[in-house]
Amino acid sequence: MINTEIEQEMIKPPLPPGPLKWVKENLFSSIFNSVMTVALIPIVFYLLFSVVSWALFSADWRAVTQFPLLYTVGQYPRDQIWRVGVILSSIFLFLGISWGRWGGLLRSISLAAGLVCVVTALLPVQHPQLDQGMRLFLGSNTVMILIGYFIGRIKAVKASVIVVGWLLIPICAVVLLAGIENSELIPNVPTTLWGGLLVTFLLAAGGILLSFPLGVALAFGRRSDLPVLSGFSTIFIEVIRGVPLVTILFMFSIILALFLPVESRIDRLVRALMAVTVFSAAYSAENVRGGLQSVPLGQIEAAKALGMSNLKTTVFIVLPQALRAVLPAIAGQFISLFKDTTLVVIIGINDFLGIGRSIINSDPEFVQLRTEVYIFIALIYWIFSYLMSLASRRLETAMGISDNL
Amino acid sequence: MTNNQPLISDKANIPFYRDERIIKIFAQVLSAVIIVGILIWAIINFFKAADARNMTLTFSFLKESAGFPISNPPIDYDPSMSFARAFQVGLVNTLLVSGLGIIFATIFGTLVALARLSSNWILSRIALVFIEFHRNIPLLVLLFLWYFVVFGMVPQVKESIKWPGPIFLNKRGIYIAWPRLTETGGIFVIMAAIGILVSIIVFIILRKRRKITGKATYYLPASLGLLIVFFLFGWLLSGGTPFQMDIPSFTGINYQGGLRLTPEFAGMFLSLSLYTAAFIAEVVRGGIQAVDKGQIEAARAIGLPPMQVLSLVIMPQALRIIIPPMISQYLNLTKNSSLALAIGFQDVFAVGKIVINQAGRAVPVFALIMLTYLSLSLLTSFVLNIYNRRIQFVTR
Repeated sequence: MINTEIEQEMIKPPLPPGPLKWVKENLFSSIFNSVMTVALIPIVFYLLFSVVSWALFSADWRAVTQFPLLYTVGQYPRDQIWRVGVILSSIFLFLGISWGRWGGLLRSISLAAGLVCVVTALLPVQHPQLDQGMRLFLGSNTVMILIGYFIGRIKAVKASVIVVGWLLIPICAVVLLAGIENSELIPNVPTTLWGGLLVTFLLAAGGILLSFPLGVALAFGRRSDLPVLSGFSTIFIEVIRGVPLVTILFMFSIILALFLPVESRIDRLVRALMAVTVFSAAYSAENVRGGLQSVPLGQIEAAKALGMSNLKTTVFIVLPQALRAVLPAIAGQFISLFKDTTLVVIIGINDFLGIGRSIINSDPEFVQLRTEVYIFIALIYWIFSYLMSLASRRLETAMGISDNL
Repeated sequence: MTNNQPLISDKANIPFYRDERIIKIFAQVLSAVIIVGILIWAIINFFKAADARNMTLTFSFLKESAGFPISNPPIDYDPSMSFARAFQVGLVNTLLVSGLGIIFATIFGTLVALARLSSNWILSRIALVFIEFHRNIPLLVLLFLWYFVVFGMVPQVKESIKWPGPIFLNKRGIYIAWPRLTETGGIFVIMAAIGILVSIIVFIILRKRRKITGKATYYLPASLGLLIVFFLFGWLLSGGTPFQMDIPSFTGINYQGGLRLTPEFAGMFLSLSLYTAAFIAEVVRGGIQAVDKGQIEAARAIGLPPMQVLSLVIMPQALRIIIPPMISQYLNLTKNSSLALAIGFQDVFAVGKIVINQAGRAVPVFALIMLTYLSLSLLTSFVLNIYNRRIQFVTR
């Protein structure tokens, strides 16, 4: 009897602080704090008010709202733009399928993507580039996500099929975007016409997909007991990490051509992608190496004792533990790769930032509107990298490796 | 033991393609052949191209006259000087912007971290907004925001903004009143230098004695007192006027005198250091939060005053965690200073770029640039790693 009474006493959680108590504890806990609060509140309100009133009333967003297609796909031929649409729709379809299969974080992403599509499709404004077809396309993307969701719920659809599909999308996307020579349906589109968010995402996604395996290979190379291999990997990693990305970009855009046969020509965008990949791979390699070092030797010995081959030990025992341990670092590396893709502007590629710059420079009138354009660009980059860091934090919590336990 | 045969015999019939030693040697040779093969292939290609395009591979051009102007060189420079000199100008610019950036980013980042940890909710949220804003936009976008947007709104020379100081702000840059040495100022500087040296020596000796003997040696007041005495002495020797304020004045076309910061430098410096400060703030916050709460409570329990809790208990432990990521932030800042190219600040990379564009010297110039950044990185990490090793736990 007494025990249960005590237990009831004990399991009572402390009451959440009331609003008044919260204010007292967080804003007026001491004289110094109170003074600071009183001084800061008007400043914060003044700043918020001036930013909001500027954005709503005095800012001229023409240079942003006039060119939605330029910002998204650059100068990609307007009659071929359906190719980008097909890629986008298939990405949405697979997003929906993955949501149906795994749920969790993918659910939030799918819902957010669908919501953005619906809201854009129903925007009550007249815009030449937001015609009936575009609205229909955006609306159908929402349907795509839903169709995907129901496909994903079917048990017969195997997870491996979905993963293979995800890996096939980038390859198909590149083929579809570049087109095939002498083809009626999908003629060649030179990469000089690609631009905007399309290029930013291609560089970021391509860089992530290619740099990660290369980074893992380099990490194993550095830990290898073959002196030639480990020496080469170490020098490669340290040199790349010791110089800025701009240098690597220039190396691939100017110097690389000198060391290849005269007649060979590598596309400008591909060279940029190679530079971003190599740069990011060196950093990923160091992250992965940290993970490899954190795997206890006993695990490897146990796997060997069970008679697993070297390859099997690496793939099924070492790598999963190593990658899990350094997932936050890898996620951070991917976010910084996404931000670093902006540097391709310096070698003259029109990514999202580059398109903004060319719009500003295209018309003396728009030079006066550069504030709006740059703030818009900063906002878009901010939203995407913030979402990426949010996703990585949710993933860490889901996998139980969050450090803020 | 009846069975004397070893379980695995050295001379067991392992086929050569499964013998680990042979596989290793084979892999070694194969990887060497592939790597060397690719290198040789690239070099042959290069020489073919070099012959066709008449390129040089030597560094002899460094002595030739550069022939291009550099705006606002920090050291003496004009286009008739050599390419080597032009590189030096770029190098000084790089060092200047990254050195000052590191100092400012460290101070500001630490302040933001303290604000983030503040018990005042509003202050902590402001720090959070600052950190999240800067961590999630690309540095190049931040640089454009500062250079094209903020400095783009600055008025023409005639309508310069005046701030107390006096500081003048216009399209041509920021003009700050700056103390300059007078003719007798040299004596003051020499005396000050001697004073600093002497007081550091006295400080070290007295503190060591205090540590050995345990007696109060008043090392801090003694060295500070010495410093003040030397400064006063120098001031008197120089006739009371070691410095003169150099106040910028309007000459009809432009401001003259004072310290002038170009918009390029200011934009580069501000965006670099604010961007890095956000990352440093997270590093510092993580370090401080990682210190065990029990340590702080124990320090309070034995009656240490708050300042000593901070300096003797929290900081030494937090620094161990802070220093390694801080080193990589410093390296990042130095490397990121190469973005100067995008706004026309003439750092080592921008100067190199001009030289590449001028003549077919791409390879030697590139080697020079890479070497510069590599040695800067290695030097910074070398120096900081020595410091790092000193403050880490000694593990035996």
